[in-house]
Amino acid sequence: MTLNLLNQGIANKSERYTLLPFRFMQFGNEMLLVNDFGEYTFLPGEVFREFVNHKLDETANHYKELESLHFLAKAVTPMLIDLLAMRYKMRKIFLAGFTKLHILVVTLRCDHSCQYCQVSRQSPDKVKFDMSSETALRSVDLIFRSPAPAITIEFQGGEPLLNFDTIKLVVNRAEELNKLAGKKIDFVICTNLAPLTEEALSFCKEHDISISTSLDGPEFIHNANRPNQKKDSYRVTLENLARARQTLGIGKVAALMTTTRLSLDYPIEIIDEYVRQGFKSIFLRSLSPYGFAVRTHKKIGHDMSLFLDFYKKGFEYIIALNRQGIDFVECYARIILTKILTPFSPGFVDLQSPAGIGINVAVYNYDGKVYASDESRMLAEMGDDTFQIGDVNANSYEEIFGGPKLQNLMAASCNETLPGCSDCALQPYCGADPVYHYATQKDIFGHRPTSGYCEKNMTIIKYLFEKIRSGDKELLKIFLAWVRYKNISELTREPVLQPS
Amino acid sequence: MNKFVATGSSIALETPVIGRITRSPLRDENSRTEHVLVATNTPIHHDDMRGYGAILTADSTESLPPGKEPFPPIVHSLQKLENFCEGDVVVVRPGRGKTGPSTVRAIYCINSRFSNLLLTEQCNSRCLMCSQPPKVEDDSYLVDEALKVIKLINKDAEVLGMTGGEPTLLKDRFFSLIQACRDNLPKTYLHVLTNGRFFVYKDFARKLAEIGHPDLMLGIPIYSDIADEHDYVVQAKGAFEQTLKGIYNLGSYGVNVEVRVVIHALTYERLPQLARFIFQNLPFVRHIALMGLEITGYTKKNLKELWIDPYDYQAQLVEAVEFLADRGMNVSVYNHQLCVIPKSIWSYARQSISDWKNIYLDECQPCAVLKKCGGLFKSAENVHSSHIRAFREGPALATAQASL
Repeated sequence: MTLNLLNQGIANKSERYTLLPFRFMQFGNEMLLVNDFGEYTFLPGEVFREFVNHKLDETANHYKELESLHFLAKAVTPMLIDLLAMRYKMRKIFLAGFTKLHILVVTLRCDHSCQYCQVSRQSPDKVKFDMSSETALRSVDLIFRSPAPAITIEFQGGEPLLNFDTIKLVVNRAEELNKLAGKKIDFVICTNLAPLTEEALSFCKEHDISISTSLDGPEFIHNANRPNQKKDSYRVTLENLARARQTLGIGKVAALMTTTRLSLDYPIEIIDEYVRQGFKSIFLRSLSPYGFAVRTHKKIGHDMSLFLDFYKKGFEYIIALNRQGIDFVECYARIILTKILTPFSPGFVDLQSPAGIGINVAVYNYDGKVYASDESRMLAEMGDDTFQIGDVNANSYEEIFGGPKLQNLMAASCNETLPGCSDCALQPYCGADPVYHYATQKDIFGHRPTSGYCEKNMTIIKYLFEKIRSGDKELLKIFLAWVRYKNISELTREPVLQPS
Repeated sequence: MNKFVATGSSIALETPVIGRITRSPLRDENSRTEHVLVATNTPIHHDDMRGYGAILTADSTESLPPGKEPFPPIVHSLQKLENFCEGDVVVVRPGRGKTGPSTVRAIYCINSRFSNLLLTEQCNSRCLMCSQPPKVEDDSYLVDEALKVIKLINKDAEVLGMTGGEPTLLKDRFFSLIQACRDNLPKTYLHVLTNGRFFVYKDFARKLAEIGHPDLMLGIPIYSDIADEHDYVVQAKGAFEQTLKGIYNLGSYGVNVEVRVVIHALTYERLPQLARFIFQNLPFVRHIALMGLEITGYTKKNLKELWIDPYDYQAQLVEAVEFLADRGMNVSVYNHQLCVIPKSIWSYARQSISDWKNIYLDECQPCAVLKKCGGLFKSAENVHSSHIRAFREGPALATAQASL
């Protein structure tokens, strides 16, 4: 619900204070109020009614609290508007610099045939499914048109290591161009690690390239989700994980898990596997509704409520680990907690507003087609080019990133204006995802009451709010450690010695 | 705000002389002009007197050589001359009228961590607890003197403070001072106390940033998260918004800002909320100093309204410190004795009181952590917490001591 009485407040001079714009929702027995700067407060129902009816007394603590958090103002001065504008800017700072993440799909070929994968091809036909040198070089040129002072170039597939020559070409070319551009560049290869040669490893070392691999859980889950010909994906992944860590350093190798119906029964086992393998975090991801995953929905799909049960079980387990002194982070919660507990809003393309499609991320496919996100090209592999925003071999930078296609998508990218989102109290902590809604509802704007995206995010955000509201100080400390990328021990002091 | 003052009688001292102390005669006569010689071996030869900015001596006038040559001004019969160290920068000022004693004042002390240049005594705020109550008279000579002092300060000086009054009221002359520090003391950390209100003008903030001082910090006070409460403390309507916008402007140009909070009866209650306000609205500030009250200036007059025993706001202080520290903000507690704050926040307590006005009480003497404690302001000798006590060495103290 929204209460935007700014103008009304100014007009009515008899009012003792003006309500600043905010949204609210019933939360347990209280009202949760959230404003655009991400500040929140809980008010008892009767105080809320007093507040919105301009009956709150100036000397009341609630009054001061609401003024301190920018829910009310004694007078709306131009200066106050300026100050609030600064806060708003801080909240949207992820937009600065435009497209930062550039994904290059250097091949569709892969030695695995994962159930959920949209794009892998077992084809030996190199020419058909590999990115050509020409397309690769044009892509790099486009990437360098991006104004962002810091960019990430991520190699995906298929299995990108199967087209390592193109990776080398891109890295060398980017480094060459960067002598003039002077950007900060991070390179990441998303790989199952199976074809990891010594040559590739030393190239990664030499060029400070990070690795992101897939680990779906313990052996029985991983091998079931990610079959290769010898049915030994788990063993191979772990062996090469060790090699990669040894050469590149443990911080340079990350892992992502994908949730399948099989995974849903084993949140704890999956987390244990991550802890056992020395990872400090896990991203409990719901299965994407794209590509093969949709086709094989009956086999591996799951509805959102099953995932949310899985998520909560996993989350509780992770908290328990932290309470035992094991530093371990759930990454999705970290994104949301940063938005709730700090004035900042980390850019995460699927959970920001405007959504990151095109403006924060772009995908350069093996055939030169440019997509607005990774999910967009997964749809494309299913024959739906809705989110293709251009072609490196046919279009200019301006046509691709300033063209009508991306502009139309942006219209559905701001949750501030989406039906069902515009007056949701949780909006500042949430995002928009036109691609998801198109894939699931055939409409980039989407229908919130039946949206899995909405169900997932509202549930998780409310769940985290309940945790915060519980007043559990140890838990808050764990959350703050996550948000700050610190170990919990770095945030603990001696217990307070009360004066006797 | 000066540490050492000596008084004596002068000969030929017409106008103030600013110079760097030297305790041994300089051979090179050209370098003498910027020096003030402390003459310990009198009488001295004519040749050894020539060219100095001034000569200081403890002796009486009889021991000085009579001569025809124009000597530099001499201040004699000075007490406490041993307080002036080689490298200190002093102002030698003639007495008022014909008979008033002449003074020697150390403006910069080479052995002190706390050297402050007083730039003006004028101010656009009237803080209830101002320790340097503003005056309205023209005191622009202070800037002229400060500009000279800056040129004479030891180039290796670690830190230099600037204070007022409100230095930004000097406008362009304020910038000249910052510029002078940039040019003469590029290695010296420069800390300027200002209420920040003038930086509400974006151009003013931009001009400061454009000077490009390599190590500048502005210490700016915020006393409450509630505009009216802050405005009341500084006795200036609209100050809160001006200061906030000022800090934003400074932040946008990359000027380092420290937020300073003086804790007293009007500010302690909302200290935790103020901590939250600073984190949420000003997360880019470099440091937050939560400071105890100094019983001087206006504070003495307003003591009834301002006084609270620091022991009684421990809960708020701890909450504020922990809130900020947990969120990665750099926070310190100034001007508090270790015995009036919980051990859990000892690691944030700093020895912040300038050495020349820093005291310990009789009951402090046997304390096991005396050397780590910031002690008290001299002005607090009779107005201080009723919970000052000495800690005894023991296992209970050991862990807390380690955090200091």
